[in-house]
Amino acid sequence: MRRRRWPLLSLLAFGYAFLYVPILLLIVYSFNESRLVTVWSGFSIKWYRELLHNQQLLEAAWLSVRIAAVNATLAVVLGTLAANALVRHGRFRGRNAFELLLTAPLVMPDVIIGLSMLLLFVAMQHGLGWPDGRGFTTIAIAHITFSTAYVAVVVRTRLAQMDASLEEAAMDLGARPLTVYLRITLPLIAPALLSGWLLAFTLSLDDLVIASFVSGPGSTTLPMVVYSSVRMGVSPQINALATLIVAVVTLAVIIAGVTSLRGSRTQRRR
Amino acid sequence: MPAPQDNPPARRQRLSRVVNIGLPYLWLGVFFLLPLLIVLQISVAEPRLGQPPYTPLWEWLESGVLQIQVNLQNFMLVWEDSIYLTAFLNSLWVALVCTLLCLLIGYPMAYAIATAPPRWRIPLLMLVILPFWTSFLIRVYAWIGILKTNGLLNHLLLALGVIDTPLNILHTQTAVYIGVVYSYLPFMILPLYANLSRLDPTLLEAAADLGCRPLRAFVRVTLPLSLAGIVAGSMLVFIPVVGEFVIPDLLGGPETLMVGKLLWTEFFGNKDWPLAAALAIVLLGLLVVPFVLMQRLERRMEDSA
Repeated sequence: MRRRRWPLLSLLAFGYAFLYVPILLLIVYSFNESRLVTVWSGFSIKWYRELLHNQQLLEAAWLSVRIAAVNATLAVVLGTLAANALVRHGRFRGRNAFELLLTAPLVMPDVIIGLSMLLLFVAMQHGLGWPDGRGFTTIAIAHITFSTAYVAVVVRTRLAQMDASLEEAAMDLGARPLTVYLRITLPLIAPALLSGWLLAFTLSLDDLVIASFVSGPGSTTLPMVVYSSVRMGVSPQINALATLIVAVVTLAVIIAGVTSLRGSRTQRRR
Repeated sequence: MPAPQDNPPARRQRLSRVVNIGLPYLWLGVFFLLPLLIVLQISVAEPRLGQPPYTPLWEWLESGVLQIQVNLQNFMLVWEDSIYLTAFLNSLWVALVCTLLCLLIGYPMAYAIATAPPRWRIPLLMLVILPFWTSFLIRVYAWIGILKTNGLLNHLLLALGVIDTPLNILHTQTAVYIGVVYSYLPFMILPLYANLSRLDPTLLEAAADLGCRPLRAFVRVTLPLSLAGIVAGSMLVFIPVVGEFVIPDLLGGPETLMVGKLLWTEFFGNKDWPLAAALAIVLLGLLVVPFVLMQRLERRMEDSA
């Protein structure tokens, strides 16, 4: 058996190379002196300096981060409620439709979500007078809608795997259901809430299509700025931005990995 | 469970239902389902100048008569103008080819990860997920620099003497295939891994003990048992790719007609909202079948679990 593994392992190596070489090239050429992405003309950090002086891009990034944070927080609340409903409330009436509504946003093409949300906002503004114009609020609402579905998947898995005996013990000792939920259940599913929050944050920060539909004048998000500069061709500033994003993500993953490793070790020690 | 009565626990139980089921239901109903119904409504409207740029579905005339206007012109246009039909067929084709390519690359990867020593599995899986956390737009952008006529790939191939003249890959359908497979590969690997890692290894041992060769055991035992993972991964790739906009827009060329890009152009370029809505409705109709298939499969796995 052991000897036969090398074809599989070389395929695995090829797969990882395919996933990582483009990202590594982006990083390498962000330090290139020349504007031409293909010609190496010496090490330089001038694109990072230009990036930090790009007022339009910085403002867009700040808007995106704020939307992403609001989105992630509300999506975690709604997604956790939905996961509670699916795991704790059994076969309630309308469950199939509920699950359908929670699964569809995961695969629905962005253009359909974007167009439909915009048409809703236009109709609401026409009929109810709210929302008045489009921008932060409309983008956040659109993002919460699809992020909730992702959070629900993450939290639901964790909730279903959870050991129910701790909750039962608290219940037997006379704690009210809400107390049990807040003091036993929530701490136990906290890692899932955190990963759901981070996932929702990333999805929002990454979205170009939906935000383009539901944004208004004066509310340009980071992906919209990146998109318009990428359409003009290759730009080393975008390489610098990519490098910063990769650095942040890698750091976050390493921290998360170390924390969860330490967490599982302390748990074993107990 | 005792019969629900109007005592405090029953009331609390009811409150919990209202909050847990009601709030997400309400949100998704208002902000997901209702918008799709509005798209349907506007797909049968006529474009007009003004705000909003489409005719209303119903209007109270002065005589007190309710007038309902349904205009099927947009759907007729989508059916009759070959550009839309071509775009739909090409979108389905691109999604199909890319799903198969993802399966071809993703299955061996998922299999290798699932059969790796246990302490390697999580790091290997993390390496698959990591690119997914970095910006999608920027990962697509990375391929522009690689595939350009004077890009990195052509430089490398020219230097190695593999080719004499640079290849034209960027702004062709090939570039779209590469970009889609690159971006969607993690979506294929994750469900496949989840499925393959739960596979009982004793089944393969039993097959080997009975004299079955490894390849035959794979085809007769592993492959059928991982069918659920294959379908789940394929749907996670196929359905969104049919409506993909960013990849055909940045990497594709004039001959890569895809419906997501067409819808974008009708909406932002031509400002024809009703036609864009009609395209969305047809696209939605095409995706219902694979979606229902996925949903059924999920429920079956849930029931068996």
